[in-house]
Amino acid sequence: MNEKRMIEEDQHFEDVIAEESICIQENIVYEKPDTLTDTPFHYCPGCGHGVAHRLIAEVISELNIQEETIGVAPVGCAVFAYNYLNIDMTEAAHGRASAVATGIKRVLPEKYVFTYQGDGDLAAIGTAETLHTCNRGENVLIIFINNATYGMTGGQMAPTTLPNMKSTTSPFGRDIATMGHPLKMTDLVAQLPGTYYVTRQAVHKPGNVRKAKKAIMNGFKYQKENKGTCFIEIVSNCPSNWKMTPRESNKWLEENMIPYYPLGDLKIPNVKEN
Amino acid sequence: MAKVKGDIVIDIEKCKGCELCIEACPQESLETSRQVNQKGYLYIVKIEDNCTGCVNCALVCPEGAITVYRKVDKKKEHVAKITNVTKDINITVNE
Ligand code: SF4
Ligand code: SF4
Ligand code: SF4
Repeated sequence: MNEKRMIEEDQHFEDVIAEESICIQENIVYEKPDTLTDTPFHYCPGCGHGVAHRLIAEVISELNIQEETIGVAPVGCAVFAYNYLNIDMTEAAHGRASAVATGIKRVLPEKYVFTYQGDGDLAAIGTAETLHTCNRGENVLIIFINNATYGMTGGQMAPTTLPNMKSTTSPFGRDIATMGHPLKMTDLVAQLPGTYYVTRQAVHKPGNVRKAKKAIMNGFKYQKENKGTCFIEIVSNCPSNWKMTPRESNKWLEENMIPYYPLGDLKIPNVKEN
Repeated sequence: MAKVKGDIVIDIEKCKGCELCIEACPQESLETSRQVNQKGYLYIVKIEDNCTGCVNCALVCPEGAITVYRKVDKKKEHVAKITNVTKDINITVNE
């Protein structure tokens, strides 16, 4: 009888174990990629930079090119990107990331070279470098985070700020007559013959995150084909400077940013070859 | 009937309480806790045991704080191994 009870108890114990033991290595379906360091991000809660960093790290881990990748960090909120990605990285002067990447790629053509830039860096001070890099068709990947504001310096109007959008330097909303139109960098570079793959993605919803990852994966893979610049815009949020909670900011992004910056591929390789 | 069971582990010290995972979870398994982590953020906890391991929360988490586990039980089978009796007995119970 005693034996029987022990068996029952053990059975119960095993049941409990069977119920609870799913958190084991073999059942992992998602974990932080090893290319991402353990350093906590300095970004504000809910900021899309974190997701974008993680996707780049995932792609690098999956392609197993950690040793062959060189990143160029921008000036802006993502200025410390090199702290989070466990690869070789360098810092560029404000806006000059694509020029620095050009130099690196020309000296080390077998490496995967990418830049990570915000809209203040890429679309304002770095417009010339960006357009000329794309026009020359350098074999680098440019990842452009567009959150329609100057995040790091406190929410001033950026070239990408939407019409009537308030910022600290356009407190009554961006007036098109005096402040000009939002600059669609991605549409511009898609016109240049030097670009090979141009796409616009977002990272505010699980489905978009999956698509953005695929785009980044393509961007890295196409570099081996040596056919031109790959340019990936990621429409992102800035809850702090939009003065919203992260959830509100993603809703606002969906309702306002995406109609102005529609998602999708602007130039894909086989279209170009036709 | 294959049964999918999921679970997540949240690195509460990395979590910044942005609640984007709450919004992304189709099972409504997540909720903000009443406690703060070392950095002073109200971190996220799993309140329901209905997670399917769909990975949505981990995909949108800007901090990479969530690890997702998933197990598909093809057939419910419990195996109990008893070692502390006179001799080893293996019992298999099929449900
Ligand atoms: S200021 Fe904006 S872009 Fe910069 S980290 Fe904060 S939320 Fe992100
Ligand atoms: S894995 Fe899916 S079901 Fe489970 S907590 Fe995350 S979002 Fe919810
Ligand atoms: S998405 Fe990540 S950082 Fe945000 S509340 Fe959920 S676990 Fe925390």
